[in-house]
Amino acid sequence: MGKTINIQPVTRIEGHARVVIQLDDSGNVSDARFHVSTSRAFEKFCEGRPVEEMPRIVCHICGICPWAHSSASAKATDAVFGVTPPPAAIKLRRLMQAIAYISDKILHFYFLSAPDFVMGPDADYSVRNVMGIVNQAPDIAKKVVHARWLGAHLIESFAGRAIHPTFNLPGGVSKPMTESERQELLKGAQELLEFSKFSIEFAKENVFAKYEDAIKSIGVINVGYIGTVADDGSLDFYDGKIRLMKPDGSYDDFAYHEYTDHIGEKVMPWSYPKFPYAKKWGNFSMDLDNPVGIYRSNCLARINVADKMKTPLAQAELEEFRSKFGRPTHLTLLYHYARLIEMLQNAEEAVQLLEDPEIASPDIRAKVEPKAGRGVGCVEAPRGTLIHDYECDENGLINNVNLIVGTTHNQAAINMSVKQAASTLIKDGKYDQGILNKVEMAIRPYDP
Amino acid sequence: MALKIWEDWFNACSGCEISILNIGDPLVDLLPKLEFVHCTALMDHKFFGQTGEGDPSAMDIPEVDVAILSGGIRNEEMKHELEEVRKKAKFLIALGSCACYGGVPAMANMWTNEEVFEKLYRGCVSTEPSPNPSDPNIPPWTDRVYALDEIVKVDIYIPGCPPHPDWIADAITALIEGKTEWKLPERSVCDTCPLIREKKALASGVIKRSTENLTFDPNEPLDKMRCINEQGFLCLGPVTLAGCAGKTGVPRCIQARTPCRGCFGPIRKGAIPMVDMIGAMSSIGLDAKTVVDRRAIMNRYIGGQNRLRPLPARPIKR
Repeated sequence: MGKTINIQPVTRIEGHARVVIQLDDSGNVSDARFHVSTSRAFEKFCEGRPVEEMPRIVCHICGICPWAHSSASAKATDAVFGVTPPPAAIKLRRLMQAIAYISDKILHFYFLSAPDFVMGPDADYSVRNVMGIVNQAPDIAKKVVHARWLGAHLIESFAGRAIHPTFNLPGGVSKPMTESERQELLKGAQELLEFSKFSIEFAKENVFAKYEDAIKSIGVINVGYIGTVADDGSLDFYDGKIRLMKPDGSYDDFAYHEYTDHIGEKVMPWSYPKFPYAKKWGNFSMDLDNPVGIYRSNCLARINVADKMKTPLAQAELEEFRSKFGRPTHLTLLYHYARLIEMLQNAEEAVQLLEDPEIASPDIRAKVEPKAGRGVGCVEAPRGTLIHDYECDENGLINNVNLIVGTTHNQAAINMSVKQAASTLIKDGKYDQGILNKVEMAIRPYDP
Repeated sequence: MALKIWEDWFNACSGCEISILNIGDPLVDLLPKLEFVHCTALMDHKFFGQTGEGDPSAMDIPEVDVAILSGGIRNEEMKHELEEVRKKAKFLIALGSCACYGGVPAMANMWTNEEVFEKLYRGCVSTEPSPNPSDPNIPPWTDRVYALDEIVKVDIYIPGCPPHPDWIADAITALIEGKTEWKLPERSVCDTCPLIREKKALASGVIKRSTENLTFDPNEPLDKMRCINEQGFLCLGPVTLAGCAGKTGVPRCIQARTPCRGCFGPIRKGAIPMVDMIGAMSSIGLDAKTVVDRRAIMNRYIGGQNRLRPLPARPIKR
């Protein structure tokens, strides 16, 4: 057996993971794995909690996308109680989620991924980061830091907390929006829309055009996709049906509560998160040449499964994207491109929601009574289709929880992309820090 | 000279690091005064050499001025890094309530690890029942979730879930200026809350669940709204350290017209929020025994340091 290469920790991703690459005697890759080092076990410690407390407990799953967990959880509790929130409450939940997602996409694109492209994949590690960008392109850095702050500020000024919100509740939300708040937030949302337009133009010119070769090679795998679409087939982050697409582009649509008919989860002995897979596609296999049951989530997946975008500027970008890359496209680095198309939709949607006076209606919560029941609530989190499934007893105390979170869907795909990248980049035992960074560049698009 | 920093997250959600980024415009001025030697979130320094060529038993940790660490301790790898970083850091900052008190994930301390694994790998509806993951490339769990000061000495605590960017910037600035101590003022959330308090609940007795909204006029400012406990709902303001909205703001959950759930932890070291809260409720005429899920709700953010433990098995009724 040959040498083992240890990349630890994987950096510019969320949480702790390592990559272990096994070389054979001639120095070529025989195996490569992405090991995630822990789990926090929300499924267990939510047992016994009052169901109405869930949105403000499970938001703590992720400090980058707490609004996604808060929304999905509030929807699951709506379903448990059998209530539909008033229209203004749904608009407010959508609005908070849309603004939060803009901050999320800014974080991922500029802070975590851009250093690979702006500083270059082979740049020294000491400058290949956001601090390097601050030094090299201070004007852009200022703009980016301000836009990220603005998103958080808009949310806090209305809903108190940007990270770990308490605003979404079973049956609706905690407070209505006043007319003056609507006007203030609208100004901010318009500024974020301008920033979103700038970002996609900046990236098309400075990133995607310059790295065409890398895009065509790094981490590319031929697998399926998952996402949420509205009845008209447009991409919807808050509500709709789940679409599971095969690698050839054919797909099944299903309702939230039917997810267990379509998705199963494997446990691998070498990583703490589970490995979801499409149950109806055959026996799970991560074989690079012939994968079975593997699908991906997050932005590229959504851009592939949606028939169209929901808003006009994002739709124009999707058309340009599809004319270049087709549907579905399997080029992993295009996650970065898809992310910026989505940011545009989030910003356009935030403006649209705030232009609608109904969002300031005082009717924002349906009354709920504790009772026994089960509810499945889903949204598209930034990192993918987010499934919250709760059961509670007659006192409204949780007795069973199942969660499949965005990044979990991608566990198998990330492992495949790591192996694909390592196998193509490391030959005859030759590698350096730039090559190992390119292996990590096959992970970062998934934004795990 | 720039402050040398080792930053990392343990059993955490990244919210503390996002809060650092939410410092906003002043961050651009602050960054050049900081020299990150490690930050898993933002830069590519590796534990065992940049190509993994180093000794796998010796983490590459240089001497640093400050270690900023978020998250509690959930596995042996986190514990090892914490112990090694402590040896090399002049100051160690526990950032956020997970690092200070165990945080939300320490609610897992109400069960044994084996019970937790049983649920995760053999008790979830979409999971094919399987043995627990176990492999040399993933670290084994510690027996429970620990706050950092259960394992090493902590110099500065910045609690909160997340901590407010004001305090993060304030603590770091203090160290840049050569100060050797930093501490949040010992005030309660109630001390900074504008709601109207009359020291008596509107109706005595049973505490209401959050299945309905609080009573308030959205067009009126917060100082026209009645205290949440006095409205008959549980609000942990009386026993929770103030500061969630930074140096000047109104408590954040109150701004959202929702009760405080205690994310900044106890007001002073050694306080027992559950006991103090029961007293606070009784004093305004509420029956603390009627709080649903009392133990977990009052220790939601502070379950480390043995505040949450598996309950002894109940005797079987015959």
